[in-house]
Amino acid sequence: MTTRVHELGTLRSAPDWVWYAGVIVAAVVLWLAYGQLIPFSEWVTSLLPVARDSHTGEAIAFFVYDVPKVLLLLTGIVFVTGVLRSWFSPEKTRAILAGKREILGYPLAALLGVLTPFCSCSSVPLFIGFVSAGIPLGVTFSFLIAGPMVGPVGLGLLYGLVGWQIATIYLVFGFMIATFAGWMLGRMGLERYLQDWVRELNAGPVGELPEERLTLADRLKIGLEQVREIVGKVWIWVLIGIGIGAAIHGYVPEEMMLRIMGGEAWWSVPAAVVVGVPMYTNAAGVIPIVEALLGKGAALGTTLAFMMSVIALSLPEMIILKQVLTYRLIAIFVAVVSMGILATGFLFNALL
Amino acid sequence: MKNVKVYGPGCKRCETTEVMVRDAAANLGIEVDVEKVTDPRSIAMAGVMSTPGISVDGKLVHVGGLPDAAKLEGWLTA
Repeated sequence: MTTRVHELGTLRSAPDWVWYAGVIVAAVVLWLAYGQLIPFSEWVTSLLPVARDSHTGEAIAFFVYDVPKVLLLLTGIVFVTGVLRSWFSPEKTRAILAGKREILGYPLAALLGVLTPFCSCSSVPLFIGFVSAGIPLGVTFSFLIAGPMVGPVGLGLLYGLVGWQIATIYLVFGFMIATFAGWMLGRMGLERYLQDWVRELNAGPVGELPEERLTLADRLKIGLEQVREIVGKVWIWVLIGIGIGAAIHGYVPEEMMLRIMGGEAWWSVPAAVVVGVPMYTNAAGVIPIVEALLGKGAALGTTLAFMMSVIALSLPEMIILKQVLTYRLIAIFVAVVSMGILATGFLFNALL
Repeated sequence: MKNVKVYGPGCKRCETTEVMVRDAAANLGIEVDVEKVTDPRSIAMAGVMSTPGISVDGKLVHVGGLPDAAKLEGWLTA
């Protein structure tokens, strides 16, 4: 999802030093605001006519604390990611992957899936671009799984809201699932289940673009543009997610949570996947829910399985991919990725 | 008259790109025929992997996001 400079009006022509200074000032302001979150949320809650230790008081405190926190984190993460990703593009990634041995291709594709800017709206042209350049189908899948699954937004929020341990576990297992699911799909020889017209395509890429030279200030502009676009788009999901998280935090009794999502109930992991796949939100919306679930004593494996299936497997994405994949291939894809998610869930419920 | 194609499946940025192309042409006072390509197959066949992309008279000039207004005018006058 690279976005070039646009609509920034007079800012666009501002000299570079204004950009550097602006970014530093903004970082300091965000950081200072981040330190005031707890006093702020307690102050707001105390203004309302509810007892702080009531169910409603707990829910409101959670909401008022999490909304500014998630929005601040999201802004920072999206900006940094936007700047870093300006060094990558689908074209460069394809060139890197096309020349690699297949076995190296899987982990590399998973890694590049995280770093390459691309929006789900262009996943079809991207898919065709990869496959027609001779990149194996399995490697292409590794790329497509890793992108949403181990996205920086999800990781960064997990780090800020739940802690670095769980963020690291998520990173490692998400990356492994993308690598191994791609490898398994590659071994199955599924090319015949592509839509007919995709198989007949063997025209390589025709467009050769001169690489644009970007200055550091240009990259900062790209980062800012990303913040405007992404935060402007996902804030509603963030509010809904935090609302659900707040309701869980305030009202759901711990013993009920233990019964449904506790480690004792073996069926909780598959149930979490079944519930999670059709649910559609983005990482920014689901992580406040994860925070509340873990806080109430939900088992880590079950929660990881829920989060991964919400983020990595989504119905709208399947509908987009339907243009290039047959139902059969989509079903195999979902089954393989779900198996990886289930294995992760069971593993952590058994370990902890 | 220049033939400009805007490649994109119909996301918001693709529409913005089309408007930007028309604005740039109006600014320069040149006539352009803007065609939107939304079919994923045609997008991919044109060599575009990240949308929106732009081609001018059959030559791909830009992919992967909103174009820079100054560069856009450059492509249209080239």
